[in-house]
Amino acid sequence: MSENEVKNLEAIFEARIARDEKIEPKDWMPEKYRQTHIRQISQHAHSEIVGMLPEGNWITRAPSLRRKAALLAKVQDEAGHGLYLYSACETLGISRDELYEQLHSGKAKYSSIFNYPTVTWADMGAIGWLVDGAAIINQVPLCNTSFGPYARAMVRVCKEESFHQRQGYEIMLTLCNGTQEQKEMAQDALNRWWWPSLMMLGPTDDASVHTEQSMKWKLKRKTNDELRQQFIDQTVPQADLLGLTIPDPDLKFNEETGHYDFGPIDWDEFWQVVKGHGPCNKERMNARVNAWEEGAWVRDAAMAYAEKQTAKKVAKAS
Amino acid sequence: MTKNWPLWEVFVRSKNGLEHRHFGSLHAADAEMAMENARDVYTRRNEGVSIWVVESKYITASNPQDNGELFEPAQDKIYRHPTFYDLPDDVKHM
Amino acid sequence: MKNETLYQYILCIADNSLILGQRLGELCGHGPSLETDIAITNIALDLIGQTRSYYQYAARLIDEEKTEDDIAFLRLEREYKNVLLVEQPNTHFGYVMARQFLFDVYHLMFLEKLQYSKDDQLVAVAKKGIKEVSYHKRFSSDWVKRLGDGTEESRQKMQEAVDDLWRFTNELFLMTDAEKTMAANGIGVDIAQLKEEYYKEVSDVLKEATLTVPENTYFTKGGKEGIHTEHMGYILSELQYMQRTYPNMTW
Repeated sequence: MSENEVKNLEAIFEARIARDEKIEPKDWMPEKYRQTHIRQISQHAHSEIVGMLPEGNWITRAPSLRRKAALLAKVQDEAGHGLYLYSACETLGISRDELYEQLHSGKAKYSSIFNYPTVTWADMGAIGWLVDGAAIINQVPLCNTSFGPYARAMVRVCKEESFHQRQGYEIMLTLCNGTQEQKEMAQDALNRWWWPSLMMLGPTDDASVHTEQSMKWKLKRKTNDELRQQFIDQTVPQADLLGLTIPDPDLKFNEETGHYDFGPIDWDEFWQVVKGHGPCNKERMNARVNAWEEGAWVRDAAMAYAEKQTAKKVAKAS
Repeated sequence: MTKNWPLWEVFVRSKNGLEHRHFGSLHAADAEMAMENARDVYTRRNEGVSIWVVESKYITASNPQDNGELFEPAQDKIYRHPTFYDLPDDVKHM
Repeated sequence: MKNETLYQYILCIADNSLILGQRLGELCGHGPSLETDIAITNIALDLIGQTRSYYQYAARLIDEEKTEDDIAFLRLEREYKNVLLVEQPNTHFGYVMARQFLFDVYHLMFLEKLQYSKDDQLVAVAKKGIKEVSYHKRFSSDWVKRLGDGTEESRQKMQEAVDDLWRFTNELFLMTDAEKTMAANGIGVDIAQLKEEYYKEVSDVLKEATLTVPENTYFTKGGKEGIHTEHMGYILSELQYMQRTYPNMTW
């Protein structure tokens, strides 16, 4: 294809997206569109499956049978969401194994928030309330993104995710209506998860490299700073309702703007964790790599068995 | 060895009376596993009463580049639609 | 207490589901593939759900104030009546599937009898459970076959797991006093009667999986009387951690 032809195709392609048409896997697409989508969708998928670990950590210690079942179901949903997203990504011509390889080698990123440890039961509440809350803000606009398989996966994810945040908030509510010890546990969890949750919505707009292109392709409908403001505005009243204090002395409602002003975010910490030096980066990656490597003989056996069965069927038929 | 589990497409009938609809895909070593995985992955919330699984490689898909010749010729065959035919308003039940 | 024997009998049934569910819960996020992770969590959820139904019933029998969680979390090790099989660790995926299979075959046979109990509550739980456990058995026997008749390595690993866990199977059919009483009055199941059929069914699947049926007849027992393997203490320290550390709170 000549340079001119490609330019022409690109123009048609961009116009289709501008008209809100969906792009499907076999449609022609610019290489950069493909690569950007592989990067973002897989990063999203990786976040789901790494995200299983900090919560999975509390399944065996959940304080009631009802909580145990809810937590199991939630972590299972995360596996499901990872699976939907890997499948969407695979339609772009990359295999799940290659995607795992990118995760395990450190080439692919996942949401940094999962590199923080879950040290008390209240963390299950805080993660559901704050981390899933921030995730929903990020994800809802993606239900209308331009790439069909991604948009469809996100519709399913968002539909299922709606119980996650409620589950978390309910845990917090129960703690806050409980004993002094329980309230302190809840406040401590909020203190530890508040700032990482704000960081989860991504670097500030002036430091974000992908925003402009992503907006055009509807991979993003709002900037990181807009999303962060939305998250803060909706979360502060929820904290008030719990009787908890948000750990930010500068947090104040601004009558003029109609939004909450908030204090500076420690971006040094953010970049440190992104670069692999968070509290649990190593543990999380080891857990994923171990699961994959220790499962190799199982996956091989299943394939070998399937091949034997097929051979038997063929022999029978002939 | 290390041969990866192939990809399967999952179709689910959400209730009797409706058609099977494409729900998504998954990996499985064989058809039984694909069926079990489909049940566990795609019907966790009571979404189905019947499942089809088919290995993705057996699906032949039309090529979007052929869309012109495949689908556009149907666009001007308006006589296939009832509105093509002019009848007086007095004619009922038609 | 209205009915101590019935209470003890329910524990015998429900503790198996609780402890096996707890063991499977450890695996969430660590399985050989995303798909198997999701499947195993489904089984864990079924088992925890069954446990809750049994304990809610048991709680009503002992005391108006008691809840399912008091029974699940606040007993001493000696008061848990699960069989030793279900508390065995997730040594590797072969063990997980062998343990599941050896239990599922028993579990389904048991529930199929329990659905004819004279006790309506138990009948209701059994009927719901039959559907769930039929699927568990299908899933675990498929995996026993895949791993047994897969690669040389997987066959060895599966054989190792079966050989190792075999000694815990006989305990499934030993009857405690509570079980004998309940079987005699038509509420419980005469499980000793299921033994022959169990070994036949298990052996058939193992043979199909090209595995050797162990000849070992040295069996271990104790769980049903509350005498557990060394693993149990660790299971309980996780299971009971919150309730023991923060007594008398609502979660």
